[in-house]
Amino acid sequence: MNAFTSGRSAPKVPSDCRVTFSPQGPLQIVVRSSVASFYGDSLKSLVQETLAALNVMEGTLELDDFGALPFVIQARIEAAVKMADPDNPNQVLPPIHSKAIYGSSRTRFRRSRLYLPGDQPKLMLNAGLHQPDGIILDLEDAVAPIEKPSARLIVRNALRRLDFFGAEKMVRINQGDLGLEDLETIIPEHVHLILLPKIEDASEIVKIEKKVDELEKKHGKNEPVYFMPIIESARGVMNALAIAEASERNVALAIGLEDYTADLGTQRTKEGTESFFARATLVNAARAAGIQAIDTVFSDVTDEEGLIASVKEAKALGFDGKGCIHPRQIRPIHDAFLPSQTEVEKALRIKTAFEEAQAKGLGVVSLGSKMIDAPVVKRALTTVGMAEKAGILRQGE
Amino acid sequence: MKKNLTYTTNAAGRRVPTTVNGEPAIPFQGVGAYRPEGKKYAPPIRSCADYPESGDKRVASIKEALKKAGIRDGMTLSSHHHFRNGDLVMNQVFDACAELGVKDLRWVPSAAFPCHEPLIKHLDSGVIRWIEGSLNGPLGRYVSQGKMKGLSILRSHGGRWQAIQDGEIHIDIAIIAAPTADPFGNCTGDRGPSACGLLGFGLADSIYADRSIVVTDNLVPFPCIPWQIQGNNIDYVVELDKVGDPEKIVSGTTQITKSPDRLLIAEYTAQFVRDAGIMKDGFSFQAGAGGTALSFAIFLKEMMIEAGVKARFVRGGSTKYLVEMLEEGLTDYILDGQTFDLEGVRSMRENPGHQNTSPFTSYNWHGKGNFASMLDCVVLGATEVDVNFNANVVTHSDGQLLHGIGGWQNCLSSKCSILAIPAFRNRIPVIVDEVTTLVGPGELVDVIVTERGIAINPRRKDLIEATRNSSLPIRSIDSIKEEVEELCGGKAQKPRFSDEAISVIKWVDGTLIDTVFRVESEEKP
Repeated sequence: MNAFTSGRSAPKVPSDCRVTFSPQGPLQIVVRSSVASFYGDSLKSLVQETLAALNVMEGTLELDDFGALPFVIQARIEAAVKMADPDNPNQVLPPIHSKAIYGSSRTRFRRSRLYLPGDQPKLMLNAGLHQPDGIILDLEDAVAPIEKPSARLIVRNALRRLDFFGAEKMVRINQGDLGLEDLETIIPEHVHLILLPKIEDASEIVKIEKKVDELEKKHGKNEPVYFMPIIESARGVMNALAIAEASERNVALAIGLEDYTADLGTQRTKEGTESFFARATLVNAARAAGIQAIDTVFSDVTDEEGLIASVKEAKALGFDGKGCIHPRQIRPIHDAFLPSQTEVEKALRIKTAFEEAQAKGLGVVSLGSKMIDAPVVKRALTTVGMAEKAGILRQGE
Repeated sequence: MKKNLTYTTNAAGRRVPTTVNGEPAIPFQGVGAYRPEGKKYAPPIRSCADYPESGDKRVASIKEALKKAGIRDGMTLSSHHHFRNGDLVMNQVFDACAELGVKDLRWVPSAAFPCHEPLIKHLDSGVIRWIEGSLNGPLGRYVSQGKMKGLSILRSHGGRWQAIQDGEIHIDIAIIAAPTADPFGNCTGDRGPSACGLLGFGLADSIYADRSIVVTDNLVPFPCIPWQIQGNNIDYVVELDKVGDPEKIVSGTTQITKSPDRLLIAEYTAQFVRDAGIMKDGFSFQAGAGGTALSFAIFLKEMMIEAGVKARFVRGGSTKYLVEMLEEGLTDYILDGQTFDLEGVRSMRENPGHQNTSPFTSYNWHGKGNFASMLDCVVLGATEVDVNFNANVVTHSDGQLLHGIGGWQNCLSSKCSILAIPAFRNRIPVIVDEVTTLVGPGELVDVIVTERGIAINPRRKDLIEATRNSSLPIRSIDSIKEEVEELCGGKAQKPRFSDEAISVIKWVDGTLIDTVFRVESEEKP
């Protein structure tokens, strides 16, 4: 008899579960749970209701639970059932939590974006407490091929159930057709931004955009979903400006250096000489298109000094943000992106000049004898906002 | 003896038996309310004439020492957990008792560890009748299943001293495992192949037991300097090849937590201590060796350096992190209750400012004061806390016996008791409507720090006022509880308890604060 499993095969997967479904025979449900004495009764009914909603009338379902939240159990049951029967049209959608819904904006801070593997719910539950600017629920490289169908449903349910405490809700979809399928599941949910991996050409974005347009229309979504294309190859770098300008949905352009250096046939070094051209090109393309430039992840979790140095360098190159893979990296990233005291002081002078000009009804802002361009004013306001938010503006300033 | 007990309701509203293992018991009367009168217990008078003038008290084996100490059925033997999970002595002691054909013994360890699993056979066969002491691992499970014949009694470290000193526990024979000793019985824990730091847990037993046996694997000629325990209280000295497994006694390096959530809790806790104005020159704190508590100390240290603040003393469980604070001049003293890593042991040997203490100085409620109440703050854990700030450390919400009390109850008398705990663990809510077992009354628990927010006990208006302008996420305990329940899929089911008591929990003054009943599903096989 065929058996289909959703879940990792480790003996224990804390805050997660493993579901095995064998489609033949009379309906049987086996529940083994580390939290049986706390949630045993509701677990049984959850499994029954989920199977009923999927219209499953026969087969054996075994649940090995290690403290998974209900939305995870539901996702894994749905995944296992659909592995057995890919044509099953039913969905089990947990109710949307009111705190899972909040807005985003084109120009919001994107200093830190925390990658979380889409098949590891344990890492998602408290991720927002660490206050990254963005949380990426990853369906691509962090998820093993066998877990992809489960990850998609876990991410869908997490988008409905979890409060990420104001972090921009991002999903990294897969490349190609698999990515388009991901969109069908993800776009109807409250997601702010889609990361598009390994983009080499503007036409790829056009194709994805078309799909998203259709899905938004179909599901009656009003808030636009933003894009953050990731450039990870030499071709992508050479096409950076066209990629940045390919869609109105683009709010940022990101670079992924692991694949890029492999594509160049070189190695990543700490100094980063090999990627200087790519990073500088990407920043210029993003700026030319009027969107943000986001640097690659810093993957050595234990090296805080290296992280800070890397963020300072990214800031100096013109980047607005950096990727991270551990919550403890968030604070150093935010701190390193903070404007210096000199920058804050200068920004404050520009802000004052701007306000005076507005009060006087003048169209031109000037500081001393120097005229200040509109983008400089905008940047100064952003800097002051950042300083205020970080609490580094002194009283009376 | 465990069934058909008569129960009464104590001042905390909990059901407690009127007798425990045949002895009358006093129900909890409220914090600070119980004031016993009379004299402390005193051990029998001994004469030097009965001890070798040469000072050489060595005997050939544990069995020989037990025989000389007059071991017989029904006696009480005590031991101490300064070797933690590396103890190699007590299994041998009870094997010897079994060989001598002795039965019905009561064992009063300061704590038992998973290494004592082999003693289950002696419980089954009746060599050991019951255990009074903190129970971890397999022995905890054994008791949870109701298999032990007597009722288990859980006491704090201070409560154990109090019980011995007040005569509640009469110890016939104390066994003191010592990393270094001389033939007279002077001994120390700060050196030797099984070095553990200090021997404070054995001090009361050495003073009050009828007979005391020192067991060592590092015998030095008289005098053993320093002597943490005086040979003048010791009857016999036994030399073994090995008394402990060093790797399980102290860790080479203490690990701090890598869990981002626990680090966040630790950081919030340190920020709270700073923002509430507790962190100021000359202050004091205590934090244990759990991952969160260790990280708290590290965060606090950074904040102390930043603010230019120095502590007068910190209380251990010492670790290399406290030792660094001492050696970097951030505290004048470490007052150490137990030593958790090799750096702690080294420091105790080398640093005059690293002082060993005992439950008498730090935790004993029936004394003329104790150090714990002088602490400006203490950071502790818990398995459960309820909306009235009552806390539990001995059982899980499923009613299973998990942990000993340790110094936890005693530390609650500090000026600010902080529980640094996750709001839920793998779906199991930690903040609940009512604790399964009451171990610490809510009036003594001042602050709950979780990853989802900080709740201050409404009684502590001063702390609420002091942190009014803090950027910390301070909120009500009910709102944290509700958030977690919603996330976890509703309130957890309550375990169904049988009417069979398996353990009683003593408050620091020796009264009964709660009873642990056997969980209905835990069938006796």
